[in-house]
Formats: sequence, structure tokens, C-alpha cells
Amino acid sequence: MIGVLDLQGDVFEHLDHMERLGIAVRPVKQAEDFEGLAGLILPGGESTCLARLLSVFDIDKVIIRKFHEGVKLWGTCAGAILLAKSLTREAPHLGLIDIEVERNGFGSQLDSFASEASIPRLSQTPIPLTFIRAPKILSAGKGVDVLLRMGDFIAAAESPGVLVTIFHPELTPSLAFHRYFARKCGLRPGGEETAIDPSWDKTSWMRLARITPMERRSAEPLAKVLPQEMDHENPEGI
Amino acid sequence: MDAKRYELNVQLAQMLKGGVIMDVTNVEQAKIAEEAGAVAVMALERVPADIRRDGGVARMSDPAMIAEIKKAVSIPVMAKVRIGHFVEAQIIEALKIDYIDESEVLTPADEECHIDKTKFAIPFVCGARNLGEALRRIAEGAAMIRTKGEAGTGNVVEAVRHMRTMNREIRQLVAMPVEEVTGFAKANGIPYELALKVRELGRLPVVNFAAGGIATPADAALMMQLGCDGVFVGSGIFKSATPAVRARAIVKATAYFNDPAKILEASMGLGEAMPGLEISAIPKEQLLAGRGW
Repeated sequence: MIGVLDLQGDVFEHLDHMERLGIAVRPVKQAEDFEGLAGLILPGGESTCLARLLSVFDIDKVIIRKFHEGVKLWGTCAGAILLAKSLTREAPHLGLIDIEVERNGFGSQLDSFASEASIPRLSQTPIPLTFIRAPKILSAGKGVDVLLRMGDFIAAAESPGVLVTIFHPELTPSLAFHRYFARKCGLRPGGEETAIDPSWDKTSWMRLARITPMERRSAEPLAKVLPQEMDHENPEGI
Repeated sequence: MDAKRYELNVQLAQMLKGGVIMDVTNVEQAKIAEEAGAVAVMALERVPADIRRDGGVARMSDPAMIAEIKKAVSIPVMAKVRIGHFVEAQIIEALKIDYIDESEVLTPADEECHIDKTKFAIPFVCGARNLGEALRRIAEGAAMIRTKGEAGTGNVVEAVRHMRTMNREIRQLVAMPVEEVTGFAKANGIPYELALKVRELGRLPVVNFAAGGIATPADAALMMQLGCDGVFVGSGIFKSATPAVRARAIVKATAYFNDPAKILEASMGLGEAMPGLEISAIPKEQLLAGRGW
């Protein structure tokens, strides 16, 4: 089971991506929700808002404890800011991976952009990348592997327990990073190792966010949306 | 705006989901909002309650003031332009902030046309009272929608009415046989392709926030439970007795909108909320939600 921190941000997008790999997922809002998690995704959103909610509800302490118990962490964009050991203009938050991050590294929304890159360790074919008011990773310390460097900054990196990406794989049709993180958590993601999930589109997350909370819970299961084969008896492939 | 730019703009709104966007009129308020956990600030000279009180023509704010706020915070900055005033929008785009609100809170510059938002690279959020209005704005290039509510009143009743209206119309569309969609779209002034999209998705095809009259943590959670993706709070914070405390409380209640114990905790000891206005006591010509169509 993988959790997605559900305080603010693009939670549904990550839940949808993981379900496409047949991985059991759960939104995580409080300490009880951490039970049985192999990994936790800290999604995109506003890092100042997320940091404030993490600390007032003491969830930051739970994340740090779970990390030391072996739960793997992945931060996308704002999530990467929360996980960094050092920030250029402010005090760090969780400080669980030795990288230095500059917030709003590119400028305003007009500087948001899409790109692609080859990351042989993850995929044979180029991976689409979406940067939304993204931070920049300026440097990585000992014990941190750089997965993707672009010009003067690092876009993706990992340590044994933590993955960080300054872009948003959950906003693209590529499942490569979600597959990679699921494996990092010791899970066995299903589906073919294709670069792109052709059934994904930019509104796919909306099946989890219909107009009322009641409808959100009974949103159409992915099995009906996705024709591809999935092992429902053993969704985590363990 | 090319399709990719539009997609990036819709995606920025996705990042704001579950958050609170706060009206601020100076650097100090912007910092209070950021510290409280706002996901963005709306920079404007006067909050809607003061615009309502002062009367006269309300225009785009001084760009120098918006620029100062942009410099003071790291979260996204939005600013309002008048409905149909595409030159105000060009100015705000040149200022390189993050989002434009084409807003009925300011005095409309054009009573027939909204801004052709497809001509811009900067994203737009627009107000709507019903599904047809929301989809017309999306067809014009809006990347995000908010209910209009009745700004500056501290009274949530109109925001509730607009959200319920949208939801009702979405439910009708979803339940409708496809051959009835043409007539429904025609009657409600909805572009046909977008009506089909809503019918398939069971919701608006972009992020939809609630706005207009939200003044308490309970108001924010109410709008979230009615199915919006996040909330705007205008006058409700800085017209209250204790802005910083109230701002933090509304952020908590929005994040935990489904958890009554947490909303309770957030609602305690906040001091006086902003004074509220009964909608029926406002002269018809002073209602803001009727501006635009």
C-alpha cells in the first residue's frame, strides 16, 4: 500500500497514477492512515501551506518516524521542498534528503513549461516532464544519486529512502516514475513497461473528484476505465 | 495561447486544490496570508466589502502595489481586472504575476463581451453562477472557475446557491440521454462539446473554487462538502477582528473539510467575524453577481 499525503495539492492525480499500476493506494490525512504503508507520496501543492498543516497537526513527526522505520518517501515539486535538508531562503521542513533547493527557481506561472528527458534507469524511451512554478535542486550531498540533471540544476534525485522530482510525473501520461517508486517501496507494479499509458488523459484524475464527496467515494473504479489486465486478487503483486 | 500553455495553466489550478486563496491589500497582509498557509493571494487595493461601501467605479489595482506584493511572497499572486477590460489584462500579464481574475467585483468595462482569454499566455479564473456561465468562460479560455457568490457581504448564501445550481445542472446532464444534450445546451447557453465533456466527467472540466461571502471555517468546509475544489476568502479575513487567527483556522477547516472534530477545533475562539449583510437588504443595482453573463 502506498499513501498520498492529502492535506492540499494534486492528490487525486497521484492516486490515479498508482491505481493504473494496480498498486493499492490511500489518501493520508492523519496518523492512523500511515498504518501498513510501504511508501508515502508528498504531492505538488504549495509548500508553505503543506508545511504549516504538517506541523500544526503533528504529521511531520509521524512522517519522520515512519521514514526511520523504513517507509519510502517521494516528493514531487512542493513535496521535494518539504523533504530537502536545505532551502536557499528559509529553514528546512522535514530535512530527510541531503539536497539544497531553491523555491520558485524559474519565476512565475508564465515560466512554467513542459519538456522531456531520457532517464535510462527508469525507461527506454524519453519521459515527458511538466514543471509548474517549479523549484530547482541546486546541489546534492553524499549518498544522494542524481537521476536527472538539466543545465545548471538537478531535476530528480534519490537517496536509499527518498525520491525527489521537481516536476510532476502525475500530470503526464508516463507511469515510469510511479513504477520506479513502487519498486523502491518493494512492491510489484503491474501493467506493461510502456513509456506512455494511452488511456490516460489530463482529466483522468477527475473520476476521483466528482461534484459531491459522496460521489467522490463511489467514483467509477479504474478497472472500468482501463481495459488493461490487472491482478485484482493480488493488486500489490506480493 | 497554445494548447500546451493552456494545459499548464489548468495544471497550476490543480496544484491549488484543497487550499485557500486570500484577498490582500498590502505587503503586511500578504505575509500574514502566506504564513497562515494560503495557497495564493489576490492582490487588490480594496477588499470587496470596501468597494461595496465606497461605491463609484472600481478598477484594476495600481500595478506598483501588486508588484510589491509579488516581491514579498513566494506563493502565487493573482490580481483582478474588470470584465471585458483586455488592456488591464495585458498590463497584468506584462507584470508577470501568476493568475488573472476577470472579476465582477470590479466595475465591468464591457457589458457585452468578456475578455478573449485565448489570446493570453497568463491563466484566467472567472466567476460563474451556473453551469452555462462557467462553460462559456471556459470556452473563452478560462483555466479555472469560481462561484461568484455575493462578494463583500460575509454572507455565504449566494455561493451556496451558485454551487448547488452548478451541481444540479451537472447531475441533470449526467443523467440525460445524449439526444437531449443539444436542447439542454441550447437552453442554457452551453457550448455543445463542453456539455458532452461535463456529462462524461460528472464535474466541471477545470478546477472550481467557491467564492463570495465565505467568512468562517464552517463556511469554507460547507463549500468543500458541496463539492468545490478549494475556496477564495475575500473580505472575510482582513475585515474580521483577528485576521491571522481566522486565516489559519480557515486553512485548517478547508484541509479537513470532512472532519467535524477538526472543524470544531478550528472554529473556537476566533473573535468577531466580519459584519454580515442580508442579501435582500442590498439594493438590486448594487448586487455584484449579476455583472457579466
